[in-house]
Amino acid sequence: MELLLTFFANIDWADIWEATGDTLLMLGGSLLFTVILGLPLGVLLFLCSPRQLLEHKATYSALAFVVNVVRSLPFIILLIVLIPTTVFLTGTSLGVAGAIPPLVIGAAPFFARLVETALREVDRGIIEATQAMGATTRQIVFNALLPEARTGILAAITVTTITLVGYTAMAGVVGAGGLGDLAIRYGYQRFQNDVMLVTVVLLVVLVQVLQTVGDKLVAHFSRK
Amino acid sequence: MIEFQNVHKTYRVDGKDIPALHPTNLTIENGQVYGLIGHSGAGKSTLLRLINRLENASGGKIFVDGEEVTALDANGLRRFRQQVGMIFQHFNLLASKTVADNVALPLTLAGELSRADVDQRVAELLARVGLSDHAKKYPAQLSGGQKQRVGIARALATKPKILLCDEATSALDPQTTASVLQLLAEINRELKLTIVLITHEMDVIRRVCDQVAVMDAGVIVEQGSVAEVFLHPKHPTTKRFVQEDEQIDESEQRDDFAHVPGRIVRLTFQGAATYAPLLGTVARETGVDYSILAGRIDRIKDAPYGQLTLAVTGGDMEAAFARFTAADVHMEVLR
Repeated sequence: MELLLTFFANIDWADIWEATGDTLLMLGGSLLFTVILGLPLGVLLFLCSPRQLLEHKATYSALAFVVNVVRSLPFIILLIVLIPTTVFLTGTSLGVAGAIPPLVIGAAPFFARLVETALREVDRGIIEATQAMGATTRQIVFNALLPEARTGILAAITVTTITLVGYTAMAGVVGAGGLGDLAIRYGYQRFQNDVMLVTVVLLVVLVQVLQTVGDKLVAHFSRK
Repeated sequence: MIEFQNVHKTYRVDGKDIPALHPTNLTIENGQVYGLIGHSGAGKSTLLRLINRLENASGGKIFVDGEEVTALDANGLRRFRQQVGMIFQHFNLLASKTVADNVALPLTLAGELSRADVDQRVAELLARVGLSDHAKKYPAQLSGGQKQRVGIARALATKPKILLCDEATSALDPQTTASVLQLLAEINRELKLTIVLITHEMDVIRRVCDQVAVMDAGVIVEQGSVAEVFLHPKHPTTKRFVQEDEQIDESEQRDDFAHVPGRIVRLTFQGAATYAPLLGTVARETGVDYSILAGRIDRIKDAPYGQLTLAVTGGDMEAAFARFTAADVHMEVLR
């Protein structure tokens, strides 16, 4: 017991909970904008791809190129490259607000690709049947494609959220706050292994909870 | 009336032009059940999809009730498609929506009815296809036959004047096929709906169609009333389909008949003649004798027919043949 207390001597629980709150805020904020940005982008990628409703080679290639460029940059580099953009958008490159733009820009193309894949899983016959009813492309997207791809998109959101947990931890490097920031400043730079351990455990718990909730939602909405 | 004027379709695959439908002229009268039969790749699916422009023709014109479908703009096409229902081999129901919501979908998309009117129409349609108790279920909870019934209810939602059936029974077992075909015949009769169906089974054509076109390699090789085409097939492809349906192997049959003495004739009875005691009467009157080599008594849509292959020996054969012909029986001398 004595030993245990000495091991956790450096822990300031108020700091830990504040950092956890920051992580959750960054996660919620960035996820919201990632979905707002990535979902339409994924739908557009799908529609413009070969043999689809709005087949358009130039648009598809351009979108795919941008998506691939962003996805090929390691997130840590993206964070730094984007600092001017972040300052322009939010007025600061620090804290929760400063972390959200790079998180969104890093995650949205990834999410868009997952959405594109989920839409590809929808049976072509469904699109054909809806077309035969006289639906517009817009109606096909909202009344057939998105409802049919619902579970796939939920799974994509789960995977993206978990990726974002990793990104928020990295965002600590540029002063974003949150658990990653704590782990780097105390755990890594000051060799406080107890802080490192607690933050890692919290991140593991967070990822487990997110995955479980995601799986439950997918199961709930599945009609197969 | 559906009219094809010189319609053709070519696909471009890997820089090569593959003809799917050679220039075709075709007329389908209103209220008919029109069957297109052909093996896979014969172009029947392409022909069907040209009608509601799920495929666009490479050339030629298609008219439906005088309206040039091939010339419609995007808006016109959407309005036209609302008047054409379609059902599919794999049903193509939305797994994420209930039976009722699937049936309501075409109405929701058209956006012309209030929620209450949509609900009422859906209830009517489900009652028509016998699925009123399944409104709240999801497609995954239904059998194949029930799914196709949902497909039919959905296709009828906007009160179309044409129903296109794309191999609608090919994924179903024989018993379910019969009940779905019966439903289609009923719809055709009661709603005066024109039905165009494609299939690779002659049995489907025989049960519900009025007219049939036989397709092979992108060409209609034979067409006419089902009774005419079915009982007196001319083109080799048609003959093959009829034999498949009757489960006859022609070369086997020829070998079997080689040992039979006498003349061999095939008699085709239609309508009232099917049940007349003709054979016995003729045998007594002319002294001929015969053995029945092959035969089938069945129905084409609602009309009974019989087709018998006989080996005739002895007696006054010519008089017997004359009696058959006089009795409105189609006679074909095979040997």
